[in-house]
Amino acid sequence: MRILPKYTQRGAVVILMAATLFILLVLAFIVIFILMKGFSVLSLNFLISSPEDMGRSGGIFPTLIGSAILPILAIVIAGPLGVLTSVYLCEYTRETRITKIIRFATDCLSGIPSIIFGLFGFIFFVETLGFGWSILSGGLTLAVMVLPTIIRTSEEALRAVPQSYREVSFSLGASRWHTVKKVVLPNALPGIVTGIMLSIGRSISETAAVIFTAGSSLRLPTSLFDSTRTMAVHFYILAREGISNENAYGTAAVLIIAVLSINLIAYWTMNRFIAKRS
Amino acid sequence: MKKPGFLKKISGEKGVEKILMITAFSAISAILLIALFILNEGLPFIFKYGIKEFLFSSEWQPSKGQFGIFPMIMSSLWVTFGAMIIGAPLGVAGAIFLTEFAPVSVMRIIKPTIELLAAIPSVVFGFIGVMVLAPLIRNYLGGPGLSLLAACFILGIMILPTVISISVDSILAVPKSYREGSLALGATTWQTTHMVTLKAARSGIVASIILGLGRAIGETMAVIMVAGNAVNVPHSPLDSVRTLTANIALEMSYATGLHRQALFATGVVLFVIIIILNSIASTAIRKRKYGK
Repeated sequence: MRILPKYTQRGAVVILMAATLFILLVLAFIVIFILMKGFSVLSLNFLISSPEDMGRSGGIFPTLIGSAILPILAIVIAGPLGVLTSVYLCEYTRETRITKIIRFATDCLSGIPSIIFGLFGFIFFVETLGFGWSILSGGLTLAVMVLPTIIRTSEEALRAVPQSYREVSFSLGASRWHTVKKVVLPNALPGIVTGIMLSIGRSISETAAVIFTAGSSLRLPTSLFDSTRTMAVHFYILAREGISNENAYGTAAVLIIAVLSINLIAYWTMNRFIAKRS
Repeated sequence: MKKPGFLKKISGEKGVEKILMITAFSAISAILLIALFILNEGLPFIFKYGIKEFLFSSEWQPSKGQFGIFPMIMSSLWVTFGAMIIGAPLGVAGAIFLTEFAPVSVMRIIKPTIELLAAIPSVVFGFIGVMVLAPLIRNYLGGPGLSLLAACFILGIMILPTVISISVDSILAVPKSYREGSLALGATTWQTTHMVTLKAARSGIVASIILGLGRAIGETMAVIMVAGNAVNVPHSPLDSVRTLTANIALEMSYATGLHRQALFATGVVLFVIIIILNSIASTAIRKRKYGK
């Protein structure tokens, strides 16, 4: 027997809406659960004091520093590389075999799981180059990891700059590089910033790649060759080894607030960028 | 002798182009370096130990020099499969609802919200699994709680943002005229959706699921926290399992010699699986972009 279209339509709407609501509920539950549990521990003191007794008590100050410095280092390295790569892909070449290979490599890189980056960073930066478990090794590993994100978002931003802008610049006698520097890049800047913010967010929440390259020392780092522990790694160790559930919730709450606000800024920048374009 | 101005300008341009070309190879050299170092560390072990022994033996006892990763391969496959069973239908259903049935203003708010949640660190998902999901499973279904089933659920939720975001994009890319044609023939929205729109958006949806698969099979920290990590070929969803990624991350910190090489060899297996999955996904996406 055929079911009347009227009923399949109604059934479909109900099922699809239920699925969507379920997804939203689950995701909202995760964020709210962590924030509710974490807020009881959160205080200024928690943020600015050092952990005591492996993190059983005390705060998370050194891990805040670690979580700030590793992504910054990663962006300092991967930012220029990624943006210049996208400039080359968009402004200097047509679609050739080389650009196809570069795109394929970028795609592959973005799909590689973080544990593989961790293994690679460990064998290459920590051991072969002799940087040890350090901020430098961790930052370099994260740089390789976020490179594809930066290349891809910058490329999209560059492509969104209208062709006529370039033509005007060329017609005034500007060279290619001059046009890129004075016309294309400034106009693509919000898009590029979005990519960089997303990369910072991803670096902050990364655990597997960081724990094998930057180590997990709780001391305040004094040089690039010191080991450090990020919030994500600290949270992982607290939760996994059952050191302190309370402090784990607190750290997770700080981590979530940090990552979500960075991504919110990224989306806000991008939306303004799109609104300006159209 | 001073160069004339225009010559200087040209040589500067050439220099810039050279520099750009060199930076453009950064992504390629990164992927080559990664492949080189992982393979260099893992492949000799695989050949020395024997591919068949390594892939199909169930004995993983590093202290006795036995390195069979068959249980981990099976666990990874089961976990990924389970995550797909949970995440793919939910995600695609969500994407269809948002694009075809919900008002545009609702989609404009919900899609970025879901994408925003992709940024929640994986360790947090793992922690939720331990604190909320595992006790539920232990109390109502039995077993240790930290299990294959828990891992499937957590990963299924983790891949939702990937699946939804790419599916929504590919459904939106279907020309409006297709839908209008079908509606004009008297079809309901649902008939139009499953007979016309979804057929046209198929390759993009498939790509979104494959990319979700890639994320699930590569996930490490969340899985370590919820899967229980016992080395065995799973017989029931309530068994404690250890995936390929978990195997590397759990033992890497203290492994030496042959044991360490075996972990890198595990990495090689993972690397190969991921590259194959991504190649399939990127072909599917390219078909969507240029196939029309």
